[in-house]
Amino acid sequence: MSLGNQLLQYLFTGITIGSIYGMVALGFNIIYNSTGIINLAQGEFVMLGGMITIFLTTVVKLPLFLSFFLSVLLVTLIGAIFERLAIHPLKSPSVITLIIITIAGSILFKGGAMFLWGKETFTLPSFSGEKPIFVLGAIILPQTLWILGIMGGVVLLLIFFFSFTRAGKAMKACAVNRRAANLVGINVKLMVLFSFALSAAIGAVAGIIITPIALMDYDRGTMLAIKGFCAAVLGGLGSNAGAVIAGFLIGITESLGAGFISSGYKDAIALVVLLAVLFFRPGGILGNKEHT
Amino acid sequence: MGKKNLFSLLVLGIMVMILPLVISNPYYLSILIFVGIYSLITIGLSLLMGYAGQISLGQAAFFGIGAYTSGILSTKFSLSPWLALIIAIFVTGGIAFLIGTPALRLKGHYLAMATLAFGQIIFIILNEEIAYTGGPSGFGQIPYFKLGNFVFNSDFRYYYFVWSIVLVVLIFSLNLIHSRVGRALRSIHGSEIAANVLGVNTAKYKIQVFVLSAIYASIAGTLYAHFVTFLSPGTFSFSFSIALLTMVVIGGMDSIWGAIMGTALLTILLEFLRIFHDYDILIYGGVLLLIMIFLPEGVFKGLFNLIYKGNFPKNRLIKKSLESRR
Amino acid sequence: MSPILEVVALRKEFGGVRALDGVSFKVNQHQIKAIIGPNGAGKTTLFNIISGLYFPTSGLIKFENREITGLKPHLITKRGICRTFQNIQIFKNMTVLENVMVGRHCRTRCEFLSTLMKLKRARYEEESILAFSQKILSFVGLKDRAFESVSNLTIQEQKLLEIARALATEPKLLLLDEPAAGLSIRETECIAELISRIRERGITILLVEHDMNVVMEISDEVIVLNSGRVLAEGAPREIQNNKEVIAVYLGEG
Ligand SMILES: Nc1ncnc2c1ncn2[C@@H]1O[C@H](COP(=O)(O)OP(=O)(O)OP(=O)(O)O)[C@@H](O)[C@H]1O
Ligand SMILES: [Mg+2]
Repeated sequence: MSLGNQLLQYLFTGITIGSIYGMVALGFNIIYNSTGIINLAQGEFVMLGGMITIFLTTVVKLPLFLSFFLSVLLVTLIGAIFERLAIHPLKSPSVITLIIITIAGSILFKGGAMFLWGKETFTLPSFSGEKPIFVLGAIILPQTLWILGIMGGVVLLLIFFFSFTRAGKAMKACAVNRRAANLVGINVKLMVLFSFALSAAIGAVAGIIITPIALMDYDRGTMLAIKGFCAAVLGGLGSNAGAVIAGFLIGITESLGAGFISSGYKDAIALVVLLAVLFFRPGGILGNKEHT
Repeated sequence: MGKKNLFSLLVLGIMVMILPLVISNPYYLSILIFVGIYSLITIGLSLLMGYAGQISLGQAAFFGIGAYTSGILSTKFSLSPWLALIIAIFVTGGIAFLIGTPALRLKGHYLAMATLAFGQIIFIILNEEIAYTGGPSGFGQIPYFKLGNFVFNSDFRYYYFVWSIVLVVLIFSLNLIHSRVGRALRSIHGSEIAANVLGVNTAKYKIQVFVLSAIYASIAGTLYAHFVTFLSPGTFSFSFSIALLTMVVIGGMDSIWGAIMGTALLTILLEFLRIFHDYDILIYGGVLLLIMIFLPEGVFKGLFNLIYKGNFPKNRLIKKSLESRR
Repeated sequence: MSPILEVVALRKEFGGVRALDGVSFKVNQHQIKAIIGPNGAGKTTLFNIISGLYFPTSGLIKFENREITGLKPHLITKRGICRTFQNIQIFKNMTVLENVMVGRHCRTRCEFLSTLMKLKRARYEEESILAFSQKILSFVGLKDRAFESVSNLTIQEQKLLEIARALATEPKLLLLDEPAAGLSIRETECIAELISRIRERGITILLVEHDMNVVMEISDEVIVLNSGRVLAEGAPREIQNNKEVIAVYLGEG
C-alpha cells in the first residue's frame, strides 16, 4: 500500500471509531445539559448495548434486527432505573458525591456484565455482509456505512426531538436555566430521568453498531467513557455539534497515531489529548458554552 | 492534637504491637501488612478528598510509580532499597507536582477526569515499556529491605517495619490537620472563594496536599514492592484506584481514622471473600453506591448516628418514608 | 486626609453585559462609606474586583497609594482588605472558632513541614491564633458558640461569624456586602451597632446595603450606583434629597 492509501485507510478507520466517540459525547452532553452532572457510567451503556445484543442474538437466537431494538430498550430502562435509584434520592448532592455515585454505577454495570458473560471478548455479525468496498485503494467495510448512517440518523432524530417535541424543548429549557425552567412549570426532575434514559439509549446504539468491527467485552466502558468525554470537552461541553466533530477528530488522531507512531500507545493518545485540552483549553476548541 | 486522638493513637499503637503475638498464622499477618501499606495511601487520599475537597481517581498510579521506581532501581540498578525509597519519593512527588499544577486548577468532574486519564496513561506506560517494567507480565526478584545484617525477609519483621511507618505518617497527618495548614485545607473544601479572600493561597495548598498524598502513595508503593518482590501492572489499574476510593468512603471521607478503619475492613473482607475474587468490583460498586446514598458520612459515623440518635444523617428518602408512615 | 482606597475608571464586562461602566470614587481613612443601588447595579461585582476575585476589563484600584489591580485575592487580604459575602460563605465543615482561626492564616507563617512535625514554632503560633480568634469572637458576641458546628447558627449569627472571620485578618479596610439582608429590625440594629464599633477600632468600612435606615444612620458618605455607573455621591442627607436617586428608586418600584 502506498502512503496515500495508508493515510486514507487510517482516515476511514478514524471516522468509524470517531463516530462512536461522538455518540458517547452526545450522551454526556444530554445529561450534562439537563443536570450539570457528568455521568461517568456513560461508557457502560455502550458496553451494555453491545453485550445485550450479543446475548440476544447468540443465546436467545433472536434476529439481529429485533435484538437491536430490544437491547436499546433494555439499556434505556437500565439508564432510567439507575437515575431513579441512585441519582433521584439525592438532595442537593456535592460534586464529589455525584462523581462517586456515577463511578459506582459504572463499576456495578461492569461487574454485572462480567458476572453474566465472563471476561471473553464477543462479536456480532456485520449488519449486511463483510464484503469490503474499495475506495481509492483503501478498504471500507459495509459496517462502516451502517455506523455513519445510523449515527446520522441519531443526530437527525436528536435535532428533531430538541426542536419539535414538548419533552425535547423542555429539556432544552432546563439546559439554559434549570431554576427558570422549574418556575415556568417544567418538571425538572422528570427531565433528569428522561436525559438519563435518552443518553443510555444513544450509548446502547453506539455499542451495538461498533461491536461487529471493534468487538465487545465487559471492560470496554471506561475507555469509551474517557474518549467520549474527551470529545465532549474538546467540542465544548454541552455543544452537540462540537461533540460530533470532536469525536471524528479524536478518532482520526487516534487512528493516525496508532498507525504511524505506536499501536501500544493508541489509547494513550486520546488521554494525552484530553489532558492537554483540560489543561489549556477547558472551554473546548470548537464550542464554548461553559467551563469549569 | 486533642485527647481523643492521643487516646486513639495509644490504642492503635498497642493493638499494632500485640496483634502479631496473638496471630501466629503468617497468612493473616500478611493481610495486616497489606492493610498497613494501603492505609498509607488512604490516609493521603483522605487528606486530599475529605479535608481539601479535591478528588483523585488516579491514586493507584502514584502507588505504581513508587513501586516501579524503587523496584526497578533496586533490581536492575542494584541500588539499596533505602536509597530507592528516597528517589521514588522525589520522582513521584515531582510527577504529582507537574500534573497537579494544571490539574488542580480544574474543579469537580474535570479534575476527576484529568486524574483518571493520568492514571490510565501511567497504566499504559507500565504495560508498554517492557524493557524496564517487564510489560504485562511484570518482573520479580526485588530485594528485601536491610538494616545492617538485619533483613526484613519475614512477615513478622516486615509487619513491624510497615506499621511503624504507618504510625509515623499517621501522627504527622494528625498534626497537619490540627494546624494552620490543616485549617487552610479544610477551608478550601468549605468554600474556595471564601478561603481565598481570607488570605489562603488555595492554589498552593491544593498542590501541596496533592503532592503529599502522592508521596504517601509512593512510600506505600516502595513498601509493597519490597514485600511482594514481584510487580506487574494489574495491581495498579483503575480498579485499584476505585478500591482505594471505596476504602476512604467506607470510613467517612473526612476522617483519617476512618480511612484506616475503612482500609482494614475492605481489605480483610475481600480476603475472606476470596471466592468472589473476580467480582470484587461488584462489591466496590455496591458498597460505594449504598454508602453514598444511605451513609454519606461513612459507615462508622453513619451507623453510630443511626443507633444512638435514631436518625439517618442527610438522608431525605428514609426520613420521608418514615414521616409518611406516621 | 489621604484616601485609603481609590477606584479609577473601573469597567467590567461579562460577555455582552457591562456590569461596571467607568466607576471612580475614593474612600477616606476611618470613614464608613455606603454603596447603594438597585439590584444588578454592580455592587457585588465591584467588591469582587476590589477583593481580587475578578479581573477588571479596565481601570485601576489603589490601596494606600499602591496599585493592587489584578493582585491575587490572598495577597490583597495580606495588604489589609477583607470582605464578607452577600450569599453567606462560611465554612460548613468547621466549628465557629475554626472559621475565625482561618482568618488568622494570612498573619501567621508555619507551613507544611513545621506543622507536620509540630515544631515548637508551630505550637506557639497555634496558641496565638487561638487567643486572637477568641478575642474576636467575644468582640462580635459569639464567644459562647465557639465550639459549635456552624450549622447550628442562625442567619444573624452566621453573618456575625463572617464579620468575625474577616476581622481576624486584621484588615484596614473591610468590605461588607449586605450585612443586614434577611435580618429582623432588632438584629439589623445589632449589626449597625457592631459596624460602628468596628470603625472605632480604626477600620475603614465600605458597605453595600439595601436597608436605608442603616445606611443613613451610620455612614459618613453614600455612593449611588446604577447600571454600573456612579449616579450620585455625597453625605447621606444630600443623597436622600437627590431627585435622580429618588427617580431610580421609585422607578424600580
Ligand atoms: N459572574 C458573572 N457572570 C456574568 N454576569 C455577571 C456575573 N456577576 C455579575 N454579573 C452581572 O453583572 C451585573 C451586576 O451584578 P451584581 O451582582 O454586581 O449586582 P448587585 O448590585 O450586587 O445586585 P444585588 O443588589 O442583587 O446584589 C448583573 O447584571 C449580573 O447579572
Ligand atoms: Mg450584590
